[in-house]
Amino acid sequence: MAEFEPRIVAFLCHWCTYTGADLAGTTRQQYPPNVRVVHLMCSGAVDSIYVLKALIDGADGVLIGGCHPGDCHYQTGNYKARRRVAILKGILQQMGYTEDRVLLKWISASEGKLFADTVTKMVDDLKKMGPNPMKQLWNA
Amino acid sequence: MSKKAAVKVIEGKTEEAIVGFLKSLLEKGVVEGIMVPKPLPSKDGFVQTLIRNPEMLNGVAILSPTMPVQSARVISSLSVKNLDKKIAAVMKACEIRAAVELAKFLQVKPDHLYLIGIDCPGTFEVPDYAKMAQEGKGGEALTKALLQGTEKGEISPPSGYAFRTACQMCEYPVPQADIVLKLYGYKADQEIGVEIGDKLEKEIEEKGILSFSENEPASRNEVVNKVIADRTKKRDALFQEFKGIVKDLQSFLDRFSTCVRCHNCMVACPICYCKECVFKTAVFEHDGDQFLRWADRKGEIRMPTDTLIFHLIRMSHMVTSCIGCGLCDSACPSRLPVATLFRSVGDRVQKMFQYVPGRDTAEVPPVATFKEDELKIESAAL
Repeated sequence: MAEFEPRIVAFLCHWCTYTGADLAGTTRQQYPPNVRVVHLMCSGAVDSIYVLKALIDGADGVLIGGCHPGDCHYQTGNYKARRRVAILKGILQQMGYTEDRVLLKWISASEGKLFADTVTKMVDDLKKMGPNPMKQLWNA
Repeated sequence: MSKKAAVKVIEGKTEEAIVGFLKSLLEKGVVEGIMVPKPLPSKDGFVQTLIRNPEMLNGVAILSPTMPVQSARVISSLSVKNLDKKIAAVMKACEIRAAVELAKFLQVKPDHLYLIGIDCPGTFEVPDYAKMAQEGKGGEALTKALLQGTEKGEISPPSGYAFRTACQMCEYPVPQADIVLKLYGYKADQEIGVEIGDKLEKEIEEKGILSFSENEPASRNEVVNKVIADRTKKRDALFQEFKGIVKDLQSFLDRFSTCVRCHNCMVACPICYCKECVFKTAVFEHDGDQFLRWADRKGEIRMPTDTLIFHLIRMSHMVTSCIGCGLCDSACPSRLPVATLFRSVGDRVQKMFQYVPGRDTAEVPPVATFKEDELKIESAAL
């Protein structure tokens, strides 16, 4: 049987992590092809609806990438994203979904290697966790 | 600092004494209108009414034991566009707390509103009360029993009936308002307490409506604490029971399998104020082929889809501000324990930010602010 290949949906901010992912490509960093990138202007634009829709409809993990604290192009979007992700994680844990499949990571435009390493590590971790049970719920 | 006073009750007619106080607010021009619950002509229930003529205050039900709509929503529509005249509104503790949350989201404009709260013994489901009234267990007999119960904080519903679940587990029996009518600890057939907040104390004293004194029954604090302790115990028991049932998402979906996706919990919720909800938009319109792909992958899918995401997204939008009025429970045609769900999840999330919804309009809701150094949730350096 073929090895389980996790699917990651990544919401990346235009100014930092998306550019960081671009740099990973132009500098020929190697990382697994399991990630599908959605380009947003700011991590603060990520509503929990995007994350949940991805997890329920087939993703095994979600990566949210934004600028480091203090570096947000819009001043505070990443701090707001952090609160939203914290609230979402709190809700899921209270509902008994204790698996940590949502990753929030600050990656700057110059950190191409960090982006590649983050995706590599996430794919490894998700392979150990196995497929996301949320996407299998027939009555979700 | 608020000022305390007492209103004397003549011949055991507590509601009449309170009506007398409300009349003086209108007659002496403290406010130009009062919103207050009144019995329906059929006597089967109560509705909020907006009253300008003091005579119309006769027969209002200050202690209306039902909550057909969330009055926070009513004062939202009353105040959000150009309310120039001063209006008082008699509301339940949870309705006032919802109004505080809506004020933070600019959906209630408190400038010309004076909120009047009354110690809350709890409320009944609307159909329960109608039945009670038909059986002769409602109306004055019920009011009398509730008022007797509040003296010692031992309130029992008429036999065969129970208070709404949300009320049984509500830790806020005493409202925070511009005027608070106090029942707990008082012999309500002789006198009740009044507490006037900063906004009105000067005017009420100058116009001779009340004379202030710091006297209060010695037992009041003890009685209030007892009621809070009883309800907190009930709350914790319900949380525990909920945790036992909802162990993971599958068990949640099993328990909530009779959800008919009517979205009534959302419609009834005072915190869900968006004019256009995301669930009514094209985001949840999918291609026919998409449904088939899901069915392919999962073997079969329940139709209509999107139950889980509805509850999870609604929570992620409102749960930090959930004040636990339980109107979602009352609105659910499948009698699902939605209020317990929202309170249980809300408890956890609100504690993350040490946030108490409905406490103070000066506080900022967790979703609207942040601290630079908090919530170490971003994954560690590789």
